[in-house]
Amino acid sequence: MNPALAIEGLTYAYGPKVALRDVTFAVEAGQFCALLGPNGAGKSTLFSLLVRLLVARQGRIGVAGHDMARAPRAALAAMGVVFQRPTLDLDMTVLGNMRYFAALHGLSGRTAQQRIEAALEQLEMAERADELVRALNGGHRRRMEIARALIHAPRILLLDEPTVGLDAQSRRAITAHVHRLADDGVAVLWATHLVDEIAPEDAVVVLHQGEVLARQLAGELSGARPLADVFLEMTGAGQGA
Amino acid sequence: MSAYLVAFQAIARRELHRFVAQRGRFLSALVRPLVWLLIFAAGFRAALGVSIIPPYQTYITYEVYIVPGLCGMILLFNGMQSSLALVYDREMGAMRLLLTAPLPRWWLLFAKLAAGAGVGILQVYAFLAIAAVFGITLPALGYLLALPALALAGLMLGAMGLLISSTVRQLENFAGVMNFVIFPMFFLSSALYPLWKMAESSEWLRDISAVNPFTHAVELIRFSLYLTAAPSPALYTTLYAAGFFVLALAGYNPAIGLRREA
Repeated sequence: MNPALAIEGLTYAYGPKVALRDVTFAVEAGQFCALLGPNGAGKSTLFSLLVRLLVARQGRIGVAGHDMARAPRAALAAMGVVFQRPTLDLDMTVLGNMRYFAALHGLSGRTAQQRIEAALEQLEMAERADELVRALNGGHRRRMEIARALIHAPRILLLDEPTVGLDAQSRRAITAHVHRLADDGVAVLWATHLVDEIAPEDAVVVLHQGEVLARQLAGELSGARPLADVFLEMTGAGQGA
Repeated sequence: MSAYLVAFQAIARRELHRFVAQRGRFLSALVRPLVWLLIFAAGFRAALGVSIIPPYQTYITYEVYIVPGLCGMILLFNGMQSSLALVYDREMGAMRLLLTAPLPRWWLLFAKLAAGAGVGILQVYAFLAIAAVFGITLPALGYLLALPALALAGLMLGAMGLLISSTVRQLENFAGVMNFVIFPMFFLSSALYPLWKMAESSEWLRDISAVNPFTHAVELIRFSLYLTAAPSPALYTTLYAAGFFVLALAGYNPAIGLRREA
């Protein structure tokens, strides 16, 4: 079977400034893969390419076997996305937001309703379905966005620094939720610069200045040392870079 | 139901929901043309005589003359407002949800455009109803026959807004759009004065006004309201609509537009 996400030789530049250089890695079904990199490493550019807000001239992105360049719609349909910045309609209810998204993916009526309920249930948000999003706290808003990204049963879930701006408790809850989703079989690509969100059995792709420095299990990468130390050493952040 | 229609409906519903939620926007959309109609036009009535020109078959008062132009003005402001909302959506991230949906981008943007035009048409009819209360009426059938014209004009002005939204990068730059798009378009058109009248003071301004897309939209609405065929304005409005939309699509194409989003 095709990997949920396969990135091969992806290179992207903003004019003369190279943001990504020959990025290659894959995420398998049921795998939680952390895309770890300091600010400015190219994570957001990579995300924009993955969701086709940008188009790369070099390299290939495959989502569940669909080539992003040749079959963008099939590729987009197979992915669920949680953007770094919230993409919510604050003046609509949770259900209203979910229905809007479902419709953008061609789902309506009973099918949409069932999938929405299941997704909210999965993120323990079912009882908030009728609340206005404006009334939700940051953690719940994020959980709603994750639930929303699951409505169309994607093969891979992409999350771009989903815990930014959340308190420690919400952060931990959301990290745990998404790890459980991976256990249930969804492939997860989780961009972050926070090592404490990564478990030893997670896959890690270390991205620094647009290049992949490492691609292995977190436990293997860190060895006996804390992952934070290894990460700082690799990216030079420890020397005040 | 096909995925296309499901998405279209959801986008239209969201647009309508937004419009209903923003009562202030509706109010100002109505007050603006009413001020022109009931105050400005009343004052100008004595100063400006409008002779019999097609599609009118009799002498008309100035108030009657500017009604189609004010319908156009509502659609123009509405188009710009939708465009502003698009820039806002893009800054706030909501646009990403739309652009990453697994449907062709042209369809998603067209849905947005059509929904915006629909909201504009609702405002036009509300305005016409109030104008009728004040005794400014049109041929009864004209209200109905103007609908396709209003739709076409609304799509054209909305597509122009879409194009602007694809080039304006920040919300703050939007005030400039008001000054450089809305006002010249409105004043350099046949909305407030017939073009032959304008030619009396400047041939030059008349020529500019004659190619102004807004003039074609207003004339299309005017002729339709008076049950008169207007092939040339209809053709030009369609061409402008298609042109603006194609350019806007290029602006929103990830491979061409190269929009850098932080």
